[in-house]
Amino acid sequence: MQVMWEAFYDQFVTKGGYRNVLEGLRNTLIIAVLGLVIGIILGTLVACAQVAGRRNKVAKVFARIGDVYTAVFRGTPIIVQLLIFHFIIFAGVNIDGLIEAVLVFGLNSGAYVSEIMRGGILSVDAGQMEAGRTLGLSYTTTMLKVVFPQAIKNVVPTLGNELIALTKDTSVAGYVATMDLTRAFRLIATANYEFIIPYLMLALVYLVIILIMTVIVRLIERRLRKSERR
Amino acid sequence: MNEDKKQPLPEAEKQDVKSPKPKFVKTEKTPVEPCDPEALIEVQHLTKSFGELTVLDDISEKIMQGEKVAVIGPSGSGKSTFLRCLNVLEDPTDGYVFFEGNNLCDLRVDINVQRRRMGMVFQQFNLFNNMNVLKNITLAPVHIGLQELKRAKRKNLGIKIGNLFRGKEKKKALVPIETSAKKIREEAKANAMRLLERIGLADKASVFPSTLSGGQRQRIAIVRALAMNPKVMLFDEPTSALDPEMVGEVLELIKELADEGMTMVIVTHEMGFAREVATRVMFMDGGKIVEQGPPSEIFGAPKNERLKDFLSKVL
Repeated sequence: MQVMWEAFYDQFVTKGGYRNVLEGLRNTLIIAVLGLVIGIILGTLVACAQVAGRRNKVAKVFARIGDVYTAVFRGTPIIVQLLIFHFIIFAGVNIDGLIEAVLVFGLNSGAYVSEIMRGGILSVDAGQMEAGRTLGLSYTTTMLKVVFPQAIKNVVPTLGNELIALTKDTSVAGYVATMDLTRAFRLIATANYEFIIPYLMLALVYLVIILIMTVIVRLIERRLRKSERR
Repeated sequence: MNEDKKQPLPEAEKQDVKSPKPKFVKTEKTPVEPCDPEALIEVQHLTKSFGELTVLDDISEKIMQGEKVAVIGPSGSGKSTFLRCLNVLEDPTDGYVFFEGNNLCDLRVDINVQRRRMGMVFQQFNLFNNMNVLKNITLAPVHIGLQELKRAKRKNLGIKIGNLFRGKEKKKALVPIETSAKKIREEAKANAMRLLERIGLADKASVFPSTLSGGQRQRIAIVRALAMNPKVMLFDEPTSALDPEMVGEVLELIKELADEGMTMVIVTHEMGFAREVATRVMFMDGGKIVEQGPPSEIFGAPKNERLKDFLSKVL
């Protein structure tokens, strides 16, 4: 036990492994949060096209494109997507690995978020849209002012889930693109083949991050619900 | 004035291209007949089918200014669909609906503008759950007011730019703008508060709909429609989702409106109310208006067998 701790301490502090860990932690959080932001934007656009596509031909074209996008990004493993982006699409391009990872994770989560958003919009009672229309508001206005805010509220818990899943998925980002938490600890572990402490530590760090995220999502959720019953 | 009328055209043409192919069985549409300028709402050969099921079967009807029409009939007779066709919330399969001489089924007519003059009240209230009571009432007036203000300003900008190139005598006059965004908001709010005071719910202005009782919600829904100064109110079973002790307060409000001379069409199961308030009662069955007349005749001396049968069950 003593030996293990000494080996870990040697790598973590003396040899400067903590710097990697800090950078990895930062990158993991950036990839997860920015990835989700991109995912929400993309997913919302796709979901809107799909919902509007039932009555509008232009939107229908976008909805079909969205279908293909969703199918491709949900149908292939994220690590394969990372490999393709890193070694094929951005092969000759000098691009920061972090940006690459954010892009891939954003595109990937957009595919999932689009389904979440679509469900959220459809879960709002059709009467809300009818009420808006009978007051002389246009479809778009009613959508933006009435249906959408309610859909967001319904969707927050599921989006929180998506954030958690995305955070854990970022553990594969280190394979191709960038320094992330997993890679930082792997470097420490493989430096002197003492795996136990670094990997248990790694698990603990992820667990703490995700517990914090869960609490934040709860708070947001409670806040949104409060406005409903004041 | 002329330019005003042209504005909705481009959008209407786009709508024409986008609108899906009609799915109905009948392939040829009935030609439009000239509408009666006297009638507030005129329905010509209105037919609505959902797939194979024909819900409304070739209904032609006129509703005059100031009339209070009660629509009664067994469930599934097409009453609600008829009402929803009056402001084309349901697209008619065939036939036409005219409101103040405008053909609502014509895609060149801006339906959003026409609907502002037709209030509608739903069985399920349909208050906007994400807004407080005041915002529910002011949303549409404020939004539409701001939209019109923006449009007028844009038009003035166009005229100003045009004037740079026009000769001195040919300069075009600007559209007068007498209002401002602030004024629109304040007026809408004042109007909403006035309406809320009228129904005795002014203290609920900042409350969310989920905390209100059914009767309160429905009265607010009525007031929300009134805030647009409609020419006609359409009520779709306004009391059917209410607890019995709340039916009275809603009917009371509707009756007040009727006494003030508001034109209204009410789909209802409250026969007593129909008899008291309506100037004309329509009995619908199987997608047709089977019998209609003043309430005294419909309830006192029904002629049609099905109407007699229906009344014996509900009275």
